[in-house]
Amino acid sequence: MPLLQVQNLRTYFDTRYGVMKAVDGVDFEVAEGRTLGVVGESGSGKSVTALSIMRLIEAPGRLVEGSRILFEGRDLAALSEREMQEVRGNEIAMTFQEPMTSLNPVYTAGDQIAEAIRLHRRMGARQARARAIELLELVGIPSPEQRFSAYPHQMSGGMRQRVMIAMALACEPRLLIADEPTTALDVTVQAQILESLRALRQRLAMAIILITHDLGVVAEMCDDVAVMYAGRVVERGPVDAIFRSPQHPYTEALLRSIPLLGMTADEPLKVIPGKVPSALRWPPGCRFAGRCDYATERCRRQDPPLLEAEQGWAACWLRAPPPKGSAAAA
Amino acid sequence: MAVFFRMILSETPARFRHPAPGDGAMPEPLLRARGLVRHFPVRRGLLQRVVGQVRAVDGVDLDIFPGETVGVVGESGCGKSTLGRVLAGLLKPTTGELSFAGRGMESRRGAELKSLRRDMQFIFQDPTGSLDPRMRVRDIIGEGLDAQAIAVGRARDKLVDEILDRVGLGQDAALRYPHEFSGGQRQRIGIARALVLRPKLVVADEPVSALDVSIQSQVLNLLVELKRDLQLTYVFVAHNLAVVSYISDRIAVMYLGKIVELGSTGELYHNPRHPYTRALLSAMPEPTPGRRRERIVLHGDVPSPIDPPSGCRFRTRCPAAQDICAKREPMLEHKPGHAPGHLAACHFA
Repeated sequence: MPLLQVQNLRTYFDTRYGVMKAVDGVDFEVAEGRTLGVVGESGSGKSVTALSIMRLIEAPGRLVEGSRILFEGRDLAALSEREMQEVRGNEIAMTFQEPMTSLNPVYTAGDQIAEAIRLHRRMGARQARARAIELLELVGIPSPEQRFSAYPHQMSGGMRQRVMIAMALACEPRLLIADEPTTALDVTVQAQILESLRALRQRLAMAIILITHDLGVVAEMCDDVAVMYAGRVVERGPVDAIFRSPQHPYTEALLRSIPLLGMTADEPLKVIPGKVPSALRWPPGCRFAGRCDYATERCRRQDPPLLEAEQGWAACWLRAPPPKGSAAAA
Repeated sequence: MAVFFRMILSETPARFRHPAPGDGAMPEPLLRARGLVRHFPVRRGLLQRVVGQVRAVDGVDLDIFPGETVGVVGESGCGKSTLGRVLAGLLKPTTGELSFAGRGMESRRGAELKSLRRDMQFIFQDPTGSLDPRMRVRDIIGEGLDAQAIAVGRARDKLVDEILDRVGLGQDAALRYPHEFSGGQRQRIGIARALVLRPKLVVADEPVSALDVSIQSQVLNLLVELKRDLQLTYVFVAHNLAVVSYISDRIAVMYLGKIVELGSTGELYHNPRHPYTRALLSAMPEPTPGRRRERIVLHGDVPSPIDPPSGCRFRTRCPAAQDICAKREPMLEHKPGHAPGHLAACHFA
């Protein structure tokens, strides 16, 4: 049984302009010890998905009836807030994108880590402090005893991100959700953080959901990938397959639109025309049809479900067997 | 020498159009910087006494030749944004010389200064913060035309419409406000504003970093096209080495206020000489799963620009640092065996 199974997750926001369907039917799984990359751009719903799994969505947002988040068989969507507090930070932990705004500026790094520990474990202050210092060392922060008393503003971006990771790992969670852990960081610091994450996941046998828009990070860190677009997962599969032979036109276009080291301006970058439709008014049919090179009439009329593709799944009619009775089926 | 040169050209074909020092017929640089320094005072206490200086740009020599794109790359705190602003005349250098089209910038006044401002334009990183939210697009773009007294009334509107068209925004964009546009579109407005004056040099500070990946390619393609059509010269400041190397002919790598390596894009990619450049290249995650590259992971954080290390500034994080690195600062220079025009500031390059 997979560690986490998300089924038909829908998170809607009731705004004065209408209902914003930020996450609109998301399915994926994470196996124990594996790293799943969730890739998408602004508006794809990837962060809201992570917050939904952690049950951190507040009014006017809500998880819609029918959403199931099965963690080790238990449906998190059905838990009370009290029960969820036992899970959050303990069995599933999350790190956030902007370490400066996610850490509490008026508490020291050490106190914030110790708080996470004492919430879930019966430990005195001194013991928690010792454990926090251990964790600071584990995430690669030099002079951890001194850093315990440092405030977030006294640290660099890379260090703050490490403190957040230390907080998340305090109770040795089975699953870590890392939301854009390296986006705000310099590339050399990113390399350090990713190396730390690799070492940690091995040491703790931890599964990771890595949310990012950086395909390079995905290629380096992830075993499996879920590509999100317009509130849905449009492609899923093992990382090699996704990169070598993308099955969804959006994935393909995304891969071709990034400049790679060594490319020159003589080769124009692939452009995805248009922009993401509004979550207040998803179009009928396939949500990518308006920007897709291969769109057909059927695509504009009917929304494709995730269909089996080479080594994974893709929500695209190109992957479907032709309808019975059509010329192509003959 | 000519044979050697052809070898280099064969590695970096069509794009390496600009000649390097050492080649006979070299045009005059469009922009020439010597010993550029820009410090920012650090003030403390009730009396706001100056207790130190942030040495953001701390001695930069650079020539920008007409028609080329020079990328300036480096991480947070290296001084690249400050350098971009000084080169474009938005900030005055603390010391150092800067000349544009052969004439010093310091000495220009009045009409001469005005014409200088027209010839050098700037594209900002934040497409939201750099547009006045209370001005219509037509006025945002037209403001420069007004200040330069280039055109009024219908003639001015026509120039605005023309440039809006060129950057891929419809003419009905002219009467709208910035908040009605997406990030990528706002960046196009910023580009239109810079180009409506038909400048000679455009300094772009992280023009695509704030944009989504799929929009980045749209804007990058646009910048390449416009450079070709309007015969522009670019200075492209960014931290993403892949984006910078895509668009640039030459690249300057900065660290703590200085250029540590300078050379053609092809050279830097194939033969990086400075350990920092090598670390940057190796730190770039590549969208090719399974390719386990030998990664150089730097240790520690970047030192403070208020108190940079003695000798070579990179030595505190350099995997190859030796005693001499703390004692003597390496000069940015050409070493024997390197390609012409390829300079590195390292005792062991």
